[in-house]
Amino acid sequence: MIYRRFPAFVLMAWLGCSAAFAVLPDEVLADKVLEARARTISKDLRCLVCQNQSIDDSNAPLAKDLRIIVRERLTAGDSDAQIFDYVVARYGDYVLLQPPLQSDTLLLWGGPFLILAFSLGLVALYLRKQQVPEDLSEVEDD
Amino acid sequence: MTLSRALPFLVFLAIAAALALGLDRDPKAIPSMLINQPMPQISLPALQEDQPRFESTAFIGEKLVLINVFGSWCPSCRYEHPFLMRLASDKRFTLLGLDWKDTRDNAKKYLENYGNPFAQIGFDDTSHAIINLGVTGAPETFVIDTKGIVRLRITGPLTEEIWNADVEPLLKSAVAAP
Repeated sequence: MIYRRFPAFVLMAWLGCSAAFAVLPDEVLADKVLEARARTISKDLRCLVCQNQSIDDSNAPLAKDLRIIVRERLTAGDSDAQIFDYVVARYGDYVLLQPPLQSDTLLLWGGPFLILAFSLGLVALYLRKQQVPEDLSEVEDD
Repeated sequence: MTLSRALPFLVFLAIAAALALGLDRDPKAIPSMLINQPMPQISLPALQEDQPRFESTAFIGEKLVLINVFGSWCPSCRYEHPFLMRLASDKRFTLLGLDWKDTRDNAKKYLENYGNPFAQIGFDDTSHAIINLGVTGAPETFVIDTKGIVRLRITGPLTEEIWNADVEPLLKSAVAAP
């Protein structure tokens, strides 16, 4: 049966995918430590062309050029923060795939907790309403 | 209780209102960080090898400067090009070009065929200059005032409507207050 081989096929397809990088061999830095830092930074920078990918994932030419610039600045001795600052100064917070916690993103970060508190409040209200008849029946039994 | 009955409806209204506001926004529009900031210094080889290097600072001071990012590969630039050709005869500003991710041969052929509206053209095949400007695609046009401050960024092709609404007022105020 062909279906027997299906899991193996899926595994092979998955392995094939995970080996396909957007980063091309000619971009990779010889220094392994710097290259690892470049990969980490690139994973947090949004591609400006295909906006739901990081520049580490994207095959867009602009993403490639930005990856190269990140590596050039690393080689020149920039810290990770300096590189993020460089890109944010040009493209805004929008390029950060993890938005920073600041005054205009408070609702974004706090929103889920607000909704949780609101929902818990509703649940508490509901439970209190439910208890009333129970208490009444207990009183009646006595 | 009337309040607890009305509550789900009120919550629905609040969410609907928030979402309705969101419909009006374009999440893909990235605001420029450069507006009212000094123009980053750009130094590039000229497209034509026999010309001096493209230095952004060389043109700033006397007149407004328009910098147009284009490429011979870019269909919207081709669409915009006749309008740029009309702008070329306007003496109130200097129109500069940044040829982005192009080959010199293609760019030269493009300008031979359709005309060259630019006072000078920088050749940016590695995106260093356009990333310095926060460009996300071609065409894009920047307006820089006489003090070297970026006043306007137009993404997409420049049209008569955009020109009259956004650029012309800047030109008029620049002429009025030198």
